[in-house]
Amino acid sequence: MRTAPDPLGRPPALLLVPAALATALLVVPLAAMVAAVDWPGLPAQLRSEPLRDALWLSLTTSTAAMLVCLLLGLPLAWLLARVDFAGRGALRALVTVPLVLPPVVAGVALRTAFGRTGVLGAPLEELTGFSFPFTVWGVVLAHVFVSLPFVVIAVEGALRSANPEYDAAAATLGASRWTGFRRVTVPLALPGILAGMVLGWARSLGEFGATITFNGNYPGRTQTMPTLIYVTRQADQDAALALSLVMLVVSVAILVMLRDRWLVTP
Amino acid sequence: MRLTVPGRLEAGLTAADGDVVAVIGPNGAGKSTLVRALAGLVQADGHARLDGVNLLRVPARDRHVGLVFQDQMLFPHLTARDNVAFGPRARGVPRAEADAAAVAWLDRLGVAELAGRRPRQLSGGQAQRVAIARALAADPRLLLLDEPMAGLDVGVATSLRLELSAHLAEFTGVTLLVTHDAIDALTIASHVLVVDEGRVAQFGTPLEVSQQPATDHVARLVGLNVLRRGDLLRAFSPTAVTVDVQEPHGSARNRWPGRVAAVSPHGGTLRLVVRTTDGPELIADVTPAAATELGLTPGRAVWLSVKESSVRSYAAAPA
Repeated sequence: MRTAPDPLGRPPALLLVPAALATALLVVPLAAMVAAVDWPGLPAQLRSEPLRDALWLSLTTSTAAMLVCLLLGLPLAWLLARVDFAGRGALRALVTVPLVLPPVVAGVALRTAFGRTGVLGAPLEELTGFSFPFTVWGVVLAHVFVSLPFVVIAVEGALRSANPEYDAAAATLGASRWTGFRRVTVPLALPGILAGMVLGWARSLGEFGATITFNGNYPGRTQTMPTLIYVTRQADQDAALALSLVMLVVSVAILVMLRDRWLVTP
Repeated sequence: MRLTVPGRLEAGLTAADGDVVAVIGPNGAGKSTLVRALAGLVQADGHARLDGVNLLRVPARDRHVGLVFQDQMLFPHLTARDNVAFGPRARGVPRAEADAAAVAWLDRLGVAELAGRRPRQLSGGQAQRVAIARALAADPRLLLLDEPMAGLDVGVATSLRLELSAHLAEFTGVTLLVTHDAIDALTIASHVLVVDEGRVAQFGTPLEVSQQPATDHVARLVGLNVLRRGDLLRAFSPTAVTVDVQEPHGSARNRWPGRVAAVSPHGGTLRLVVRTTDGPELIADVTPAAATELGLTPGRAVWLSVKESSVRSYAAAPA
């Protein structure tokens, strides 16, 4: 498909060159990585036990985190989108803080709260004998902490773009706020909610800093894919490349899924 | 009922069961605000008593007020049947029963065969019928219709108007019908409430309002010319106005020179808006043939005249 000449004139080089540089900056490292993969040795690398353990752990914990994000994030997003209350702006700002927080700092913060001696962690362990750090649940907790803001912001956007007049229509028909939420608001915002969930899932999948700070690196328990890649990288370059390739494929698959299913359709 | 929406509307009216009150007025006059305040979607002060209960103190969902939105607001993810069943189900009617009731309502509105369709598969007229069915299925005591005919093709609007008139005649509660169309007000309604600039300009029967418009704005809405002469208002129909390109001779005592400001189709005729030299804008209906023959395009200098026998004089209502 040829594009017609732009009636406003050609794009200026002053803009085209930086744009091309930006593209190269994003594409070249990935291409270099793919090129450097030891393809003949790849099948053996992919069969390694640590990889399968880490991949499985990453997929399950990310999925669990996504569900928790939905369960907690959807109500919060709804509150921010639909209820007018004092401090709404402040709450929204608060929710977005983890979005800009370095993940390592998130890990330290989680430690302070949920560690064995943490403000919540200490009483929790005293009461139940359970503590989050260095467990699968700790991984999920770290994932939720970093992903929840993404989910809340995305879902809030989806709820905002759904016409509130439908909620009004539901109310005039005798629907309670809960019925309206369940039968009108959520179904109408569903594509955006699903997109938010996938976004949160992808964020969890790539989570490294908070997870390793909070949970350490125990194979089979808290060693997720990013952690495994980081650790492997120090000993075996080829193995690290193979692992990275897996992550790249998974990430691109998510992107394609998002594009086709939700991002393009309004 | 008397209610106030600060800064936007102050209105009072009384209606009995079975009454259909047409609410007319220019855009931005407060018609929709009145409807939304009664439905509970806009905060209002005052009181709106329905069966002894002050509606304004009841949350929207418990008002039992049916609202038909201008753009229908049918739930796009639900079928026509599920849209209509939504009200009964929200009030706890079991699913099968609510579905049956919904189909019965769709049948009454003549769209039963569309029960399985989604709103986007419905035409404007069909969607509006479903929307009316949805409002009625929730068993309202007060039915509010916000410009239900707006945005429909003329033919569709005409047939829907006839049907609506029949359904409203059966409806035992009070109906408020917001419209910008004088035909709706005069054919369907038992009372007409004229709203202008957030206030009630006139409240009366269609006959009173159409024959003796209290303001020239009302007159324009019902398609009349009204001129004030002292304490008298003098109304005459645009069809009684004669248009000439030269000063007319003859018996007409009322004549005004002016220029054509706008020409628009009006039924089978053309409606001219003429800005007269001494001030008032008048409307005149002419046949397309006459318009062509006289070259009646905007900017054309014309003379308007009307026979005294076509003018109705009455005392102006105290403002």
